[in-house]
Amino acid sequence: MNSFKLILFCVAAVILPGIAHAARPAASLQPVAGGMDLADSLYLPEVVVSAKVQREIIPAQTLSGNELKGLNSFSVADAIRYFSGIQIKDYGGIGGLKTVDIRSMGSNHMGVFYDGIQLGNAQNGQIDLGKYSLDNLESVTLYNGQKSEIFQSARDFGTSGSIYLRTRYPRFESDKSHNLRGILRSGSFGLINPSLLWEQKLSTSLSATFNTEWVSANGKYAYRYRRIHPVTHEVVYDTTATRENGDVNALRLEGGLHGFVPSGNWKLKTYFYSSERGIPGAIVNNVWKRSQRQWDQNFFTQGSFLKSVSPRYDILINTKYAHDRMRYLNPDTTLMYIDNSFTQQEAYLSLVNKYALLSNWDISLAADWQWNGLQSDLDGFREPTRYTTLIAAATAADFGRVRLQGSILGSWIYESAAGDEQRRSAREQFTPALFLTYKPLDSHNLHIRAFYKQSFRMPTFNDLYYTDIGNVDLDPEESHQYNLGALYDKSFNRGVIRHWEIKGDAYLNRVTNKIIAVPKGNGMYRWMMTNLGQAEIKGVDLSASAISEVHREWQLNLRMTYTHQQARDLTRRPNKELEKITYGGQIAYIPWHSGSLVAGLQHRLWQLNYSFIYVGERYRSSANTPENYEQPWYTSDLSLSRSFTHDRFSSKLTLEVNNLFSQDYEVVLNYPMPKRNYKLTLTVEI
Amino acid sequence: MKKQAIIIYLFVVALLLASCRKDVELLLSEVTFTDPGASAAGRYAGLYLLNEGNMGSNKATLDFYDFVTGNYHRNVYAERNPSVPKELGDVGNDLQLYGSRLYAVINASNKIEVMDAHTTERIGRIEIPNCRHITFQEGYAYVTSYAGPIEIDPEYKQKGYVAKIDTATLKVLDACIVGYQPDGIAVSDGNIYVANSGGYRGAGKSMNYERTVSVISIATFRETARIDVDLNLHRIKTDSRGDLWVSSRSDYRDSPSRLYFIDHRKQAVTDTIDLPVSNFAIAGDSLYLIGMGELAQRADYFSIVNTATREVVNSGFITDGTDKGLETPYGITVHPETRDIYITDAGDYINPGYLYRFNREGKKIWSVQTGDIPAHFVFLPKNINMSPL
Repeated sequence: MNSFKLILFCVAAVILPGIAHAARPAASLQPVAGGMDLADSLYLPEVVVSAKVQREIIPAQTLSGNELKGLNSFSVADAIRYFSGIQIKDYGGIGGLKTVDIRSMGSNHMGVFYDGIQLGNAQNGQIDLGKYSLDNLESVTLYNGQKSEIFQSARDFGTSGSIYLRTRYPRFESDKSHNLRGILRSGSFGLINPSLLWEQKLSTSLSATFNTEWVSANGKYAYRYRRIHPVTHEVVYDTTATRENGDVNALRLEGGLHGFVPSGNWKLKTYFYSSERGIPGAIVNNVWKRSQRQWDQNFFTQGSFLKSVSPRYDILINTKYAHDRMRYLNPDTTLMYIDNSFTQQEAYLSLVNKYALLSNWDISLAADWQWNGLQSDLDGFREPTRYTTLIAAATAADFGRVRLQGSILGSWIYESAAGDEQRRSAREQFTPALFLTYKPLDSHNLHIRAFYKQSFRMPTFNDLYYTDIGNVDLDPEESHQYNLGALYDKSFNRGVIRHWEIKGDAYLNRVTNKIIAVPKGNGMYRWMMTNLGQAEIKGVDLSASAISEVHREWQLNLRMTYTHQQARDLTRRPNKELEKITYGGQIAYIPWHSGSLVAGLQHRLWQLNYSFIYVGERYRSSANTPENYEQPWYTSDLSLSRSFTHDRFSSKLTLEVNNLFSQDYEVVLNYPMPKRNYKLTLTVEI
Repeated sequence: MKKQAIIIYLFVVALLLASCRKDVELLLSEVTFTDPGASAAGRYAGLYLLNEGNMGSNKATLDFYDFVTGNYHRNVYAERNPSVPKELGDVGNDLQLYGSRLYAVINASNKIEVMDAHTTERIGRIEIPNCRHITFQEGYAYVTSYAGPIEIDPEYKQKGYVAKIDTATLKVLDACIVGYQPDGIAVSDGNIYVANSGGYRGAGKSMNYERTVSVISIATFRETARIDVDLNLHRIKTDSRGDLWVSSRSDYRDSPSRLYFIDHRKQAVTDTIDLPVSNFAIAGDSLYLIGMGELAQRADYFSIVNTATREVVNSGFITDGTDKGLETPYGITVHPETRDIYITDAGDYINPGYLYRFNREGKKIWSVQTGDIPAHFVFLPKNINMSPL
């Protein structure tokens, strides 16, 4: 039956472009991502391939260059808040967990790709974006659905939404054979954060890069809980305390080789991250301090090789090995003493073929193979192993006004787990995606786009096997996405505004078989994972940006996003009276309205940045009752920097003020966020 | 082009003017009228219900059902004690009345909240780490605690204890080490009986669970005996003859949960009820129990055991079919006079639950929304000086 599906797809792929008219050269759809900077103009394209039709047909949201640097962001999680359609769960502080939810489908549906290869966490599916530094990143890009490109690994077709993190690519001015950059940051939370980047040109076709960063912070910050009596309006309590046990000590080492071969390139990257941190925990009555600790060690090495074998045929090979260790210690005997270690490993190999059938019609076939293993010293933990084979067939066609992309991903997942009884399971899943863009007018840069995508996420190893909570009978969680949107942009040679762009998307997402925890008796482990959840998300993402020259040598860049989401919990419950309380309720922590504004003002060597984030009212659970109500929060961040040029090097000094108006707020219940805080950064480049 | 600029700036202004943050207000109680047939008859003025709140949520709340007016007051503590930072606390694990005071054991807040039983105003706070259950005898409160820095031997550093508290001064006077993670506590005939669970140790390794009841002599406040019962003991209650009923949670895998009878004279288990039990309440000679496992698959989920004959006399005390529509039956109590049955549905643990009141024939009288994980009950006598329940 499944081979039948494949055949059907291939037939469709052959017939579809045949209906088309004559080809036209593909118009570039790449949006201008804010202000262009020197780095962009020096940018060497990483992918040098023959055909032209395979570009992304739905442009992504990207932050890069100066715009990214001006955001007062410490980690990737901080930067991602400026995208529309995104919700961050932030447990506060420098070391606190930060996870991303895209269009309310749940953080497990999000794929994070580091230099083109996905970061995995088969244990709990969570990627803590607070751990990924912006220090060495050149761009952060968010794709809804998938990167609408066909020349990519099968894994790239597999997530409901993805974030691509691209590290700095070494490039050298003509007379230089190396680049050196040192950064020192310090400020609130007892932060000391030095980093060093060294890029060396070894030959015309080979360069090496090395980057290291150390983060040390005591994580202490003041927070405040204040309550007003609703009738008398008197202050009933007003407590300010210091956030404890939020310290972090982390070292990152990263090295890479970049090479060129005739009509192709390759890269090799090794990443090592080691950290110890306190887990600050929930602030509850009578408990103002916790003592849980966590140690992480993440190692991976990955390589990719890309080559145009012939003018029509390109190949891409990706491979990776990852080894992650995590130790969690809860020495607090008043709660539960826990000291568990987990070791995860992943091996990954991917081969992508792309063939240009016609000048306006490409097809691709990608095959990925992946192995995941998890070991633990937790009693009763059944050490699982998972083998995943992914095959993606995709096609892209360009008919001038209309461009199309279609793909189907087949996933074959085989799993076994040790334990009382040997457990084996095999799953097979087919998920299609279709992307389309249409340019109705010749004279105006208006693009209408639409996509449909089906995807799934596997239950994590914790969902399946965690001692006493896990449920081995879980099915994958599925999502269906429908999206319709438009983009319009315009450039001017004269006047105040030089470029502006506006884009909007309306979407409907359905999540079925959602994996949720349900109660299981009166024990210590009171939960069990089930597939009972259902959710429906209707949303609108809008964003606009403008580049303007307000006065001679005074550049003002603006960027705005707005997201409206109605994310309803449609989980059916056995007790109809209880169902009435939660059914149809807005999903926990999803605001109806949220948005951001970034304004950057540049004058010669000075740069002033203002960023504002607004997260509207929301509820802490799908029971939208007064006790679960959470007020809007909004923070203003300001940064001022000045560049200095010297004979042999350049430097830059930046002062940041975050949460300028010192708002007391919580993103997650009982996890207070920092009040106003500061940071000073010195960058020296040779 | 000017127009375009204006549109963009208007957009910015609109964003900035979006609804703003106000002062965070204290939550006042909410009243629901439930019972058209409320009456002033009987010895009791009302019923307190402690909602546990999921761990980390700090949502332990106290509800009060007024028998006279038929009003159900949700979340009364914060309103009566507005100046207590972060309100009642995290995970309400037990609620008892002694004298004219209400004692709420707030597990993850490591404290016992002592309130005036009529006004629910705070009288004091007793700090006990990881406190679980409370009972009283002759002016002293006895509280089980999962852990504390009392035992020095590293092998046993996790052993739990029973704390002895002077109810006049609210000071902890003494502590008696018992087994691992002691839960239920009951008093009978000069002894304290403690159900040891070992719940923290047994996960994944059944043999690490405790399987004994500790017997502590009230006179010496020292452990005098251990009664072997079953894995992972949970609740313990005394019946009208001074004998004890103790439930086991079991290991959730191979061995089932059960209800055991301890003869207080022989200090041994002499009988077993072959039903899995998550909770129970005793009124007169009737022990009302809530089962465990899949509700739909068990006809005997709500059963009554006669404590004198130690036999199941009724294997379905909810008679109108309401039981079929419940999600997670959790708390139970029975009115000492009318024998009305109160049962809570804790639902999914992260959202509000429901309280059901049934008459003695097992027919639903009313139901009302509660806080999160409604669990522990206390009847409030009209004449507060009467002896505690």
